[in-house]
Amino acid sequence: MPSNKSVSDSQIIQFINCRILKDHLLQREDLWVRDGKFLDPEKLFFDEEGFADIRVDCNDSIVAPGFIDVQINGGYGIDFSLATDDVSGGVALVAKKILEHGVTSFCPTLVTSPPHIYHKVLPEVKVHDGGREGAGVLGVHVEGPFISPQKKGAHPEMFLRGFEAGGVRDVLETYGCLDTVAMVTLAPELAGSPAVIQDLAQRGITVSLGHSVASLSQAEEAVRQGATFITHLFNAMLPFHHRDPGIVGLLTSDRLPAERTVYYGMIADGIHTDPAALRIAHRAHPAGLVLVTDAIMAMGLPAGRHTLGQQVIEIQGLHACLAGTKTLSGSIASMDMCLRNFRQASGCSREAALEAASAPGPAPGAQPPEGHPGLRHRCRLRVAG
Amino acid sequence: MKLIILDDYDKASEWAAKYVRNRIFQFNPGPDRFFTLGLPTGSTPLGLYKKLIEFFKSGEISFKYVKTFNMDEYVAIPRDHPESYHSFMWNNFFKHIDIRAENAHILNGNAADLQAECQAFEDKIKAAGGIQIFIGGIGPDGHIAFNEPGSSLASRTRVKTLALDTIQANARFFDGDLSKVPNMALTVGVGTVMDAREVLILITGAHKAFALYKAIEEGVNHMWTVSAFQQHPQTVFVCDEDATLELRVKTVKYFKGMMPMHNKLVDPPQEIAEKPYSA
Repeated sequence: MPSNKSVSDSQIIQFINCRILKDHLLQREDLWVRDGKFLDPEKLFFDEEGFADIRVDCNDSIVAPGFIDVQINGGYGIDFSLATDDVSGGVALVAKKILEHGVTSFCPTLVTSPPHIYHKVLPEVKVHDGGREGAGVLGVHVEGPFISPQKKGAHPEMFLRGFEAGGVRDVLETYGCLDTVAMVTLAPELAGSPAVIQDLAQRGITVSLGHSVASLSQAEEAVRQGATFITHLFNAMLPFHHRDPGIVGLLTSDRLPAERTVYYGMIADGIHTDPAALRIAHRAHPAGLVLVTDAIMAMGLPAGRHTLGQQVIEIQGLHACLAGTKTLSGSIASMDMCLRNFRQASGCSREAALEAASAPGPAPGAQPPEGHPGLRHRCRLRVAG
Repeated sequence: MKLIILDDYDKASEWAAKYVRNRIFQFNPGPDRFFTLGLPTGSTPLGLYKKLIEFFKSGEISFKYVKTFNMDEYVAIPRDHPESYHSFMWNNFFKHIDIRAENAHILNGNAADLQAECQAFEDKIKAAGGIQIFIGGIGPDGHIAFNEPGSSLASRTRVKTLALDTIQANARFFDGDLSKVPNMALTVGVGTVMDAREVLILITGAHKAFALYKAIEEGVNHMWTVSAFQQHPQTVFVCDEDATLELRVKTVKYFKGMMPMHNKLVDPPQEIAEKPYSA
């Protein structure tokens, strides 16, 4: 117990013999935790005259922030876009399984669906912190239906829509309740989108640009209205063009609000993005890169045919396409596979790769760093060899 | 005085650490019997601290029943400033060993009443039964702690204004901005250190050679305050070859000749070889 108990009676845990990610470097330092928060051991020593109650020997492992996956459609046979009788059970199963990949927080993602699916599924997803039983749920990522028909990818065309009723009303009609929504992917060139983006951003919902044919200036306007993320960069958007870089141009645009960082999801499964393209994005804007899996229900399942939302897809090896076509419909690589691929493709340091997989920037509910200097406050930890 | 001359910085640090280890062991501290150490900061003792940490990790020493008293601390910089002596001691020593915070005493440069803080420090030393070994370094101008040239050799713990060259030398740690460098410090006095049962002074590097010469081959002089320890019955100066460059050949030969005998002081006590010190 702390000697003078001036702050708290709770147990203090000291992790020793570990390497921690601090100030963007893996350093040999002990990690001190009390009540689920990092402690500054120097303050503990001089102010509280405290010391550790429990010492955990990490045997030289790395203790790093847990990975955050803001785009995952399901896995292990669970499809988040399917309105089953046990939505929360399905989410819990995936949450438990992805812990093994190092993911400690995620956004169950729904592809374009008819309103009744959203009305059924969204309220059933509980936003909660993770723990031993599974990764935490940050909230739902609704990818569509307000996207471009020209870049629908594997999304079902019949359920795409625009902001016909003025914008915010369309949003509320489609999704129903927004309480559990953490992230929305939309196409900013749709008429009426600026008002929608502004409204969603004000509610604390992360607005992501994707499945879109927006020009760079339309994308920049969207960022000025409050958009902060790009959904799976390069995929389902106009390719980079030197006179109009489109959404890709956001990575180096100088017409964005000064303090704003634009983050971009990158599916580093080795299939969705050529390593050369990944390197171009990474070198242009390394701070914004966020690894996502865009994993579909077949992740963790054997090869064959499976459903995703309202469609049927086919799996061969690490490829998942719309049945009968070559259109990619999502990935089946796990987050740790993506991290290794990313590291190999970009040649980046271990620390940079770990940070890309656990970037809190776009994740809703991510707090600014406080507490122990150099360490992110409130992140889940994984111990890895 | 014992003048211990080792080949280089690492060997000097190791000798000093072994000496301290042996003294603690022989003292046999316990819950009613604390071993008291006076401690310095700066680059010179870093090797000593690293070695002591190694001895702790291998089970040869425990600091559970050791009380420490640091020599000095800046006035008016935040305690968690990277250049404060609190930060120095935490990062380089305390966080690696098993000392309890209530036994680690460092002057508080942010106390409301600095004089009272200094007096309280002296009282704490007295209450702890005095200091067994006061470890110190030496400045290029022969100062010990912040007892700069001209400090009384009878001085006690007090507030000192820092000399301009000290401030200039420290500017590199404060973004080169002289206005950010502390210009006052709390320091133990020469008299405070003289009260210790033993004084162990670490001196390494050629830039300290002249100061060492002034401290041991010239007279006791308040311009070279380390010279005060010529009048202490138990002083050990531990240095490397470079620090002896300004001494007379005769002095160096004499003390090198004593090394075989002095080295016995750092032999592992029998019990350490057989049974590690339990925490």
